[in-house]
Amino acid sequence: MRVICTIARQVLREAVRNRVIHAALLLAVGLAAAAPIAGRLTPGQDVKVVKDLGLAACNLCGLFVVVFLGIRLVAREVEQRTVDTLLSKPIRRYEFVLGQYCGLAATLALALTVMTIALYVVLGAAAWWRGIPAFAPVAPVPVADPALLKAILLIFVQLAVVGAAAFCLSTFSSPVLAAVSTCGLYVAGHFGAELRSLDEVVDSRFVTSVAAGLSYVLPDLAAFDVKAAVVHGQPVTAGYMALTAASGAAYILAFLVPALAIFTRRDLL
Amino acid sequence: MSAVRLRELSKTFHTGLWRTRVHRALDAVSLDVPRGAVLGYLGPNGAGKTTTLRLLMQLVHPTSGGAEILGRPVGDMGVRRRIGFLPEAVRFHDTCTAEEFLEYVGGLFGYPAAERRRRAARGLDRVGIGAERRRRLRTYSRGMLQRVGIAQALLNDPEVVFLDEPMTGLDPLGRRAVRDLVLALRKEGRTVFFSSHILHDAEAVCSHVAILNRGRLAAAGRVGDLDLRVRSWELVAAGPGESVREVCGAAGRRVTRIADGRYALELPVEPAPESLAAELARRGVRIVSLHPRRETLEDYFLRRVAEAPAAAVAGDEAECA
Repeated sequence: MRVICTIARQVLREAVRNRVIHAALLLAVGLAAAAPIAGRLTPGQDVKVVKDLGLAACNLCGLFVVVFLGIRLVAREVEQRTVDTLLSKPIRRYEFVLGQYCGLAATLALALTVMTIALYVVLGAAAWWRGIPAFAPVAPVPVADPALLKAILLIFVQLAVVGAAAFCLSTFSSPVLAAVSTCGLYVAGHFGAELRSLDEVVDSRFVTSVAAGLSYVLPDLAAFDVKAAVVHGQPVTAGYMALTAASGAAYILAFLVPALAIFTRRDLL
Repeated sequence: MSAVRLRELSKTFHTGLWRTRVHRALDAVSLDVPRGAVLGYLGPNGAGKTTTLRLLMQLVHPTSGGAEILGRPVGDMGVRRRIGFLPEAVRFHDTCTAEEFLEYVGGLFGYPAAERRRRAARGLDRVGIGAERRRRLRTYSRGMLQRVGIAQALLNDPEVVFLDEPMTGLDPLGRRAVRDLVLALRKEGRTVFFSSHILHDAEAVCSHVAILNRGRLAAAGRVGDLDLRVRSWELVAAGPGESVREVCGAAGRRVTRIADGRYALELPVEPAPESLAAELARRGVRIVSLHPRRETLEDYFLRRVAEAPAAAVAGDEAECA
């Protein structure tokens, strides 16, 4: 565990110094900060728009971080041969892989924390602008609604699953192929229900069977998306949160186990 | 107990789109490296030197055979704590400073924070990285990176140090520094397994050599015990110059005057130099010295590499002791 934490800290340190990550975060924070301008275009819905855009910015920025880092972490270590030095130390390959993944998850957590703080600052500013307290209800939820944290927590779990998929794909394919596959998985994962009901619009039995099969195999990423419910003040129960987070953990394991198996057996040339 | 033992170690790579092409990078190499030895693992490019080191570090898996370090299998975590490794063309996480990187490596050994800092500082002092240690590694020159690489390889005071082409890409000063460091490690009683194709450097520091060619072991042993052939004789004589010139001139030998009354003669291997020495002595010329001029390690290496297909000792254990 100590070794895994050491490697994870190093991954986090490198990510924190990565200018591309800085740029993505800056863009996302800028998007959240600009949300009140969009909110002015929809009178009476301004707070809701700020929340929608803020959460979407969190999601997009996090997705960029996990795909950008996930596909490169192991591949870059192998290509640049930095892995040669590390694996000659008293560490096992599975510790190396888990350390890298934990570093990715820690980076994602840090990026979402920054985004969350930015979102609440923007919401507080929006409330101040309207001359109401930040926690005053605005049809029917408070401006700086603590329930947003539930949506952000599930965004974290969802993106941790996507990161695990990117990570797994990068252990045996090129970074470009891994990026394309991960983005495909992200999109398909949001349309599980549509894939299952494809027979309503497509005649081909083969296509509908493949689509239905895929919908059961791919992670149901739509289940992690409670942004709309939170923004509209609908309840997201602790039970749902726990069950969804547990299914996320299962998906992460399902991606990491093959990644570990592949990397452990692989010749690092 | 050997420091490093290879047993019929082989590695085959399958290449090409359909992995149908077979490349045998290492072919049943057996070798024992005694403790305290500085082994020069020599061979031309593509001989299998780096593959051997990568097998020893378990970066690649053997097709057959095995290896031990300090009497334990190479994957043993206890052994990893007692070895150091400098990879070829070393590269590190370049957003780190040298200090941070060494502390990170110390973390992988499980040292507490204070110990990590102490070892990192000591390692960087040893390789002569001063104030630059707080600069990011991406700003380092090749030679400086190599020095950081050596510092990380020695961070845990290893009993066995593996250096893969440590002199490649270094300027003469850098090479000299690495040579001095290897000699210091030898003095401290550590075993050094040092791959190189720069024979001059190997000759300067190695107590033992193993020569690899096309994945097979062509020769191995102590440098002093190698079958270095006599190429010629060097005879130094003192006495009347006329007598020396007369005898040598008759025999068609070149005479070089090296000081007043002292002459150096280069004699072929055949005929034996004793008859000429006797003739000189008879004429009152004193024989100061008579030395065989042997092949250099480079000559030996080139000869063995040329002979390798016939002389390969693959399959038979080569004792360096």
